[in-house]
Amino acid sequence: MPTYQLTVNGVPVSATVDDPDMPVLYFLQDNLQLNGPKFGCGVGECGCCTVLLNGQPARSCQTATSDCDGQTIVTIEGLGTPDNPHPVQQAFISQQAMHCGYCISGPMLYGKAFVDQNPGATSDQILQALGQSQLLCRCHAHSRMLAALTLYAQGRTQ
Amino acid sequence: MTKLVNEFNETDMTAPAREMLEKAGHSRRNFLKVAGGLVVGFSTAGNPKKLAAQSPVNPTGMVNAAQVDSWVAVGADESVTVYSGKCEFGQGFSTVQLQLTAEELSVPLSRVKLIFCDTGFTPDQGTTSGSQSHIAEFGPGGLRQALDTARDALMQLAADWFDTTPDQLAVKNGVVWPASDATQQITYGQLLQGERFNLIMNSNAVPKDPSTYTILGTSVPRVDIPAKVYGQFLFAHNVRVPGMLHGRVVRPPQVGAKVMSVDQSSVSGMPGNVKVVVKNDFVGVVADTQWDAIQAVSALNVNWSSGATLPDQKSLYTWMVQQPTADSYTVNSGDVPQMLASAAKTFSAQYTHPYQMHGAIAPSCAVADVRGGTGSNATAKIWCHTQGVYPQRDSVALVLGIPNSNIRVIFVEGSGCYGLNGADSVAYDAALMSQAIGKPVRVQYSRSDEMTGGESYGPAYVVKLQAGVDASGQMTTWGYEGWSLTKGNRPNATTPGNIISGALAGFPTPPFAPAAATPPTTFSNNGNTACNYVTGVVAGKPPGGTGTVASQSVLNHSIASPFFTGPLRSPSRLQNTFANECFMDEIAFALQVDPIQYRLRHLADPRLIAVVNAAAAAANWVTRPSTKPSALTGVLSGRGMSCVLYEGNNGYSALIAEVTVDTSTGAVTVTRFTTAIESGPVSSPDGMKNQCEGGVMQGMSRALHEQVNWIATAGVITSMDWRTYPVYKWGDPVPVLQTIVINNTKVSQTGAGECAITLSASAIGNAIFDATGVRIRALPFTPTNVLAALQGGS
Repeated sequence: MPTYQLTVNGVPVSATVDDPDMPVLYFLQDNLQLNGPKFGCGVGECGCCTVLLNGQPARSCQTATSDCDGQTIVTIEGLGTPDNPHPVQQAFISQQAMHCGYCISGPMLYGKAFVDQNPGATSDQILQALGQSQLLCRCHAHSRMLAALTLYAQGRTQ
Repeated sequence: MTKLVNEFNETDMTAPAREMLEKAGHSRRNFLKVAGGLVVGFSTAGNPKKLAAQSPVNPTGMVNAAQVDSWVAVGADESVTVYSGKCEFGQGFSTVQLQLTAEELSVPLSRVKLIFCDTGFTPDQGTTSGSQSHIAEFGPGGLRQALDTARDALMQLAADWFDTTPDQLAVKNGVVWPASDATQQITYGQLLQGERFNLIMNSNAVPKDPSTYTILGTSVPRVDIPAKVYGQFLFAHNVRVPGMLHGRVVRPPQVGAKVMSVDQSSVSGMPGNVKVVVKNDFVGVVADTQWDAIQAVSALNVNWSSGATLPDQKSLYTWMVQQPTADSYTVNSGDVPQMLASAAKTFSAQYTHPYQMHGAIAPSCAVADVRGGTGSNATAKIWCHTQGVYPQRDSVALVLGIPNSNIRVIFVEGSGCYGLNGADSVAYDAALMSQAIGKPVRVQYSRSDEMTGGESYGPAYVVKLQAGVDASGQMTTWGYEGWSLTKGNRPNATTPGNIISGALAGFPTPPFAPAAATPPTTFSNNGNTACNYVTGVVAGKPPGGTGTVASQSVLNHSIASPFFTGPLRSPSRLQNTFANECFMDEIAFALQVDPIQYRLRHLADPRLIAVVNAAAAAANWVTRPSTKPSALTGVLSGRGMSCVLYEGNNGYSALIAEVTVDTSTGAVTVTRFTTAIESGPVSSPDGMKNQCEGGVMQGMSRALHEQVNWIATAGVITSMDWRTYPVYKWGDPVPVLQTIVINNTKVSQTGAGECAITLSASAIGNAIFDATGVRIRALPFTPTNVLAALQGGS
């Protein structure tokens, strides 16, 4: 069985898997017992499984474990913690920007990555950027999530 | 950081209690034998000074909801634990229940712990559905009554302690003192010393006056959000049990197909110790990992029969009105034909609404640990996101052939469900596979499993409306005739066949029985078909409606559905409000009256009138009738309104939609939604706002995009993922959302979660008409459908 070396949320880990093609989502969810990235559709149509792969948003349900060898993955667990929160997380909390929150990895990580590359981005620009990828929120809490990301772009948390 | 709700941690129990529970194992059936007479005494065991609050474990699995101790426990350590049967789906109700507890008991929010929806530990409150949670917990026999009974008992204990009467006492933060002497104090924990209340609920206990609320009525941040943001929240999808295997289902490729044979050799030797589970038409595979199970599903060779005959989708609505029906009248004054014949002007129209799906963002998931096979010695523990743990327990008992007292169903939050998604079905699936394998099994659906073989759709509708007005334009008669479809429903103790997995496993779906209508004896607007404008007078009883039109007929036809159906957020009320509220607009336009003014002329209920006026004021509504544009070119803009008393008794709401219509593409864009809502005393203004925002947006998605599709000749449902069942997505324009929350402290709490979504389709349809002069009477308003309507004119 092949073994791959990854860094997940800052920690080096070895992934020994039966099948190199197994999506890394299952390694994160079942082997590392992470709760952030989630299965939603398996075909890149919703974004629930989003992680940052070398800093860029990626669909962990469509990324083979073998393709993560030597790579760095950050899930929403790796952004910040209650004791040391990331500003984008603080903004989502201050805006109460969700209903169920199952989809949150998608808008939060795509939004963060875009804003980090485009400081001061406007609400319209962020919305347009998120529209470049297929992302869904079925509770339809879009307006609050967009408000949270816009605050983050302004360097604010509330 | 934050309190994690619904953590019933068995290690929190006192040592003797834990020991008893462990000895009882999965089963509480034998618990009485083990625990003997000590069953009621957990909270008196151990050192009272350190004792946390505890509810009794119930050996029968049933919780006596008449007992205060079944709802609330106060520990000697001042902790407060409440037990409830209403769960969290992201609607914020766990936070509301904490607020309610803190408010009625006068304790800090941070001191309250909430346990909900765990059979044998929490009261059976049916399902968390229908915007009923506020009504249940604030109403008779609910959590508030238990809290008020407990509070009165604590105050009486304090009065005895201080040798005075309760009315001479003051209380704050769980500390009681004589109002005349604040130097003397005693706490709830000291008063109760870890003992149970041992009280029956007092229906005369007086709740706090909502106008004096200090914790309820404030926008307390939701307790579940931080953990969700940090990725620490445990969804049902994250439940991990030692030794757990992973299952996946194999559903019939055609609707209604039966298993002819299963070639188990097609998966033999595949990685992950693959096993196949078959029971009648239920087929599942179990393997060591999720990925192994997914591979096995692809490889498994099942020989299926051909499926059932499906109606042609293109002629669905024609087909529907030709089917055998089960009929009922909501109201029938008997004079509608005569009033129509004598009216100065009459109107008629037919509206149609497609099948839609819940489309939960999370494919449903459950973990089951069934031990001992079947029969009275077998046990089962199931973690799932069902809306009703007791109905799930009682129905899975039939599926497994295990007594319900040997089964524990534990709610763990899933994604937003919006009604009967695959939650109950997947719990059956996991239970069947665990029973067959003898090990804990986690099952998560694929996206297409959820959409085509897991959930129960919201039914399609055909609505035919007629109305007559007198010479002054006043409406004199209203006639409704509607057709909807039904197959199955929520599962209960006798009907596991109400949902897909139960039916596949061989349990019958109750057959459809045609029936003629009998004269109504009471105005039940929960049928969700009567409009706002009728009086609802039935059999001489006082008006049950919100309107002034006395000549009225509302005739409902139910027909057999080819697909499983079940409650979808605002069941039937949404489909019928689309028809009723657009038809009202048609009449206002024909009479060249402002649509809000025309509605107000026919409304009698001051609360409904108040939300209509509040929305109109907030949206700066200009009084004018709709006019047809001179030409259908360019991008046109319009406004439309709709209003409702949800379910006839459960929350008032009005919505104004402002839209643009691109006449070259047919694209409809909502630029602004203005919502007004009044559901009695508000528990959390921001929480209610959040619900309304999500509601109008989800309603917009349903109106603009959503329709279940199938190909009758192939026998297949083709809406199986987000490309074939498109919904509103990130990047689509986000309307400006304004929500007016009216806090009415003079009435009882009612529901709010389904008010706003009810109104989106009709308000958007009316706005499209205001913009274009074209009335579109069929959903969804996709660009293709809108363009065709614009080109066809109206």
